[in-house]
Amino acid sequence: MKTDNAEHIVDYRKLAAVWLALLALTTATVVVSRLELGAGKVWAALAIACLKSGLVIAFFMHMKYETRLFRIILFVALVTLAIFIGLTFFDVLYR
Amino acid sequence: MSSVQTTTAAAGGFWRDSGKTGIGSWIFSTDHKRIGLLYLYSVLGFFLVGATLGLLLRLELMTPGRTIMGATTYNALFTVHGVVMIFLFIIPGIPASFGNLVMPIQIGARDVAFPRLNLLSWWLYAIGALVVLTALFTGGGAPDTGWTFYVPFSARTGTNVSVAVFGVFILGFSSILTGINFVTTIHRLRAEGMNWGRLPLFVWSLYATAWVQILATPIIAITLVLVIAERVLGTGLFDPGRGGDPIMFQHLFWIYSHPAVYIMILPAMGVVSEIIPVFSRKPIFGYKMIAFSSIAIAAAGSLVWGHHMYTSGMSDTAVMVFSFLTFIVAIPSAIKVFNWVSTLYRGSISLEAPMLFALSFVLLFSIGGLSGLILGAAATDVHVHDTHFVVGHFHYVMFGGTGFAFFGAAHYWLPKFYGRRYKEKPALIGWALMFVGFNVTYFTMQVLGIRGMPRRYYDYLPEFAPLNMVATVGSWILAAGLIIMIVNLWRGLFWGEPFQGNPWGGATLEWSVPTPPPTENFEEEPVVSHGPYDFKGAGVP
Repeated sequence: MKTDNAEHIVDYRKLAAVWLALLALTTATVVVSRLELGAGKVWAALAIACLKSGLVIAFFMHMKYETRLFRIILFVALVTLAIFIGLTFFDVLYR
Repeated sequence: MSSVQTTTAAAGGFWRDSGKTGIGSWIFSTDHKRIGLLYLYSVLGFFLVGATLGLLLRLELMTPGRTIMGATTYNALFTVHGVVMIFLFIIPGIPASFGNLVMPIQIGARDVAFPRLNLLSWWLYAIGALVVLTALFTGGGAPDTGWTFYVPFSARTGTNVSVAVFGVFILGFSSILTGINFVTTIHRLRAEGMNWGRLPLFVWSLYATAWVQILATPIIAITLVLVIAERVLGTGLFDPGRGGDPIMFQHLFWIYSHPAVYIMILPAMGVVSEIIPVFSRKPIFGYKMIAFSSIAIAAAGSLVWGHHMYTSGMSDTAVMVFSFLTFIVAIPSAIKVFNWVSTLYRGSISLEAPMLFALSFVLLFSIGGLSGLILGAAATDVHVHDTHFVVGHFHYVMFGGTGFAFFGAAHYWLPKFYGRRYKEKPALIGWALMFVGFNVTYFTMQVLGIRGMPRRYYDYLPEFAPLNMVATVGSWILAAGLIIMIVNLWRGLFWGEPFQGNPWGGATLEWSVPTPPPTENFEEEPVVSHGPYDFKGAGVP
């Protein structure tokens, strides 16, 4: 049987770069919250949050180095969440 | 020792071959069969508690006004009845007990993929149950919100809601871990030749259930934490006066709790799919469609939660969308029922106890399912929402469906694991009383609901009195049947006639191992060469 347990070591420079990127994006979130963008403010904040969680999942949680099965499972979970939120908006948007 | 020998003394298999005895050999065991039995005893114990509370509720409603308890006690009692039955009996019921007992053997595995995680699941269940029970006797007393913990009342009531929902939060983790364990086991530990097309339908149903457990349970966990936050920290998330939204609680609650209904019913459908072909002496009709419909029910059933909220003030658009989606779930459910009936057609039907429970499931689930369509259609739901019609419908599906399948599974599989069997005649009497009592109780409730009697009300108008009396008498018949059935099972499994081999002629792998199965299940790794309902291929008469 194939084993998928091989460890992947990410070097510190890469981890530090991701960390700096996360800090930069946090700063961006704060800056965006002070701009007058109307409804765009929420979308901008959500986009930055998605980018940040993507970086955490890919590098800190090693999803970038995992097999396709793990990515599919993550994808299923995200799609499920998106459907739950989407259906809820049939209520919230049209109430 | 007396001449009466119990199973543990008389039979071998996993009861004896590890050489370990005493309570420690059970509560610290990682053997899936022992954990399955731990769950079985636990859930059955809580079922008896919940059933007693249900009988008391019916007794209170026998006559208008006060019969045996006050209004406050009544509120607490229906809440605790719901919490115990839903979270402590029916959600873990079939998957954690019979799933653990049977599923690894059915796929040709020695155990589940993560045996220690499996034990942790039971411990989390036990701890969660203890916390829920603590809530009843501490703080402001037993919660009085109903098992749904709706805000704003649950955020304001002085009863012990925080501790109770924390207990349910812990129980959720138990459920998630079981789901993870089962998905991994079914993917990774199937024996050689056990491909997806040869998987028993009970395993297919557990697989679909496990995905719902993994994907939906975290949502209720978070929601219940938010209720605690609302109560303890006053966050205002569900308080409109502070910018919150109480309907959002209902969305979050039902996003889990509706799929949870499928966590309850899917494994029951799996049990019925095992019993019907064996007692009809015929391969199951439409194997692939039944397997597919389990996945379809799990997927479509996760998108219909809004049908609990038609009268909540939700938008009309959402009402229409959820009503449409609800009708879609009826399709895979009907596929199953038609396939079971087609399996029976021209079969050599043997009406023994497991089969009677399975056939009852088909009838009672169909009644419950069809009354569900009345509730799924927004126009009719508005009239019967929060009436006894809903209570009747829910009990038809959950008790008439899952409950009867649970007892069918007990009569079908437990003799294999105990090495002794129950007496057939008392089993038939118990079943008959349960079937009659059940219909007298819950069909009457549906009629009461159609006539306008609300649910969760302590008192009612005099015009509802005769039917309430009928429903209460029905509950006594039901209780008599339950007592006969459980006593017969208990006596039979511990002191009954020896049970050997494969008397019913099942073709799935659990019938090919010794009785009771050894700790490692198989003496040598099985190689599967036939389908689960290929009786000729399995060489059974």
